[in-house]
Amino acid sequence: MMTRFVLKRFAHAVGVLWATFTAAFLLLYALPGDAALSKLNLGGGGAYSAEGLAKMRAELGLDQSVFVQYGRALWAALHGSFGVSVQTGQDALQMFAVGVPETLTLAALALVMGLVLGVGVALLAAYVQSPLLRGVLLSFPVAGVSMPSFWVGLVLLQVFSFQLKLLPGMGNDGVASIVLPATVLAIPTAALIAQILSRSLSGVLASPYIATARGRGASRSRLLVNHALRNSAIPVMTAFGTMSGQLIAGSVVVETVFSRSGIGLLTVKAVLFQDTPIVLVAVLFAASVFVTVNLIVDILYPFVDPRIEIGVRRLDILGARA
Amino acid sequence: MSDVALPDDRTAAFLDAERNGVADDEVAARGSVRQLLLLIGRALVKQPSLVVSILLLATVALAALFPEIFTSFNPIRGHGGARLKPPSFEHLLGTDHMGRDLYTRVIYGTRESLQAVVLAVSVGMVVGCGVGLVAGYVGRWVDDILMRLVDVLLAVPMLLISLAIINALGFGMVNIAIAVGIGSIAGFARVTRSQVLKIRSAAYIEATLFAGVGRTRVLLRHIIPNALGPVVVLATLELGWSILSVSALSFLGFGPPPPTPEWGQLVAAGRDYMSAAWWLTALPGLVIVFTVLAANRVAQELAGREVAGS
Repeated sequence: MMTRFVLKRFAHAVGVLWATFTAAFLLLYALPGDAALSKLNLGGGGAYSAEGLAKMRAELGLDQSVFVQYGRALWAALHGSFGVSVQTGQDALQMFAVGVPETLTLAALALVMGLVLGVGVALLAAYVQSPLLRGVLLSFPVAGVSMPSFWVGLVLLQVFSFQLKLLPGMGNDGVASIVLPATVLAIPTAALIAQILSRSLSGVLASPYIATARGRGASRSRLLVNHALRNSAIPVMTAFGTMSGQLIAGSVVVETVFSRSGIGLLTVKAVLFQDTPIVLVAVLFAASVFVTVNLIVDILYPFVDPRIEIGVRRLDILGARA
Repeated sequence: MSDVALPDDRTAAFLDAERNGVADDEVAARGSVRQLLLLIGRALVKQPSLVVSILLLATVALAALFPEIFTSFNPIRGHGGARLKPPSFEHLLGTDHMGRDLYTRVIYGTRESLQAVVLAVSVGMVVGCGVGLVAGYVGRWVDDILMRLVDVLLAVPMLLISLAIINALGFGMVNIAIAVGIGSIAGFARVTRSQVLKIRSAAYIEATLFAGVGRTRVLLRHIIPNALGPVVVLATLELGWSILSVSALSFLGFGPPPPTPEWGQLVAAGRDYMSAAWWLTALPGLVIVFTVLAANRVAQELAGREVAGS
């Protein structure tokens, strides 16, 4: 059962990746813009001959039909080749891979911070009794999703780096340089987690088994952490795929604000120079992260909530337990 | 005419106008302005944040249409003697490195930003609803193919979809708008599809079809109007998200070239003067924050009414 389920989800993930490759190829290569033209423009500032252009087009395989080009590109992609960067002439995948560890470190730290902050706010909002205090706590997530992250980054940079001179504002050097970017990246994640979790918590807290536990004399904090939290976690897990995508997309903005090297900054530069191979790799990387995270989450569900059997949700047990 | 019973607050205006010989429609206009103000006043007490949000959005729309009524400064030509001045009564948001009034540039930038946002939401809504409608109504393999495409749009984060589209189409506010719009197709398609599926299986639709009404007529008369509610709520939410996406893309440097003011681009331009002039980055960004908050507040209200209504 488990193996069959995993294989099925895996096949679906591969299908999504293939569809993403196809859509991205059609968008980036079959639509307007001409790789040969942009390459010549980049090299010689606009001075090129008609034969030169034709030669370059033949070299890049652009004189073939779209289907032939697509077939070649897909075959090459399966062998790990996505073409060379227009900017540097390096292999696009290798160039991209250099930035991956930097960005993943940043994203992982932001995810941990976002989890702590988001779960903290949601639990606190469920714990406090005063409606006013709860309103204030629940307005944090709303503010968190309404602020542009480039602005949050610049304001933090202004305060902590320029005014207080506590933290470095630019670059990748040392542990201190990651604090501000990770904070900026963590804010929308924390906001999303807090919103989902507090909605899910208020549903679970209204269920009969919580009343039973309260009747047996469980304290408010024990009720929340030991009884309600685990059952409220499923919707948060479901959002993990989207969140990982958000973190990668967020790194585009955050790395630009803090001039940190990584795949985000690489992607922005690639679009500025119309470096299509890099853009294609970036899109495929984000999609791979999304499907991988979703695959892992699918497998993890039954471990968090044993009532969920792989492939089946047995809701009758829920009734029996309550 | 005098025997017609008029509401109290209008009677005075009417009699007053009668005496001065003002035309009837002008009286009505004056009366309705008063009523409007009363309405706003009453709502302000009941739901202050909602009213402030609506007023803020109305002001933003007005600034986009008629920027000249909000300021007397020129957004492009600066005043050499007033470089990098902090906020004051004369220059509400301070001035930039060329002595241009920042408040004026934000006001004039509203048009660029808002046009792109409206275009983006329109693109997403029209294409997304079309996809969702066809997928939900036609069903079978058409549904399968369209939903796999939506899966792709969901697998790649919106900002990266937008960047790939800008890579293909080129820079500029129109392309940014199209890019952001395409990024929001998936949401509209999913909401519309689920609405169509829900309504299509309702008993009254079955009865209508059974009575011999054509499929197209059922689609136009019953399914589309009933699916509209959640789509409008989503469109309002998308308004806020699109402001964020559009300004982010313009901040990254894909927007209009320098002298043209635009919200995200204004923040980006201020980056070079971070240590000397904090207001150049902080204040235009704050305008974005308030606008997004207002749009989200209105969306929240609409969503609440939608839930209560259904």
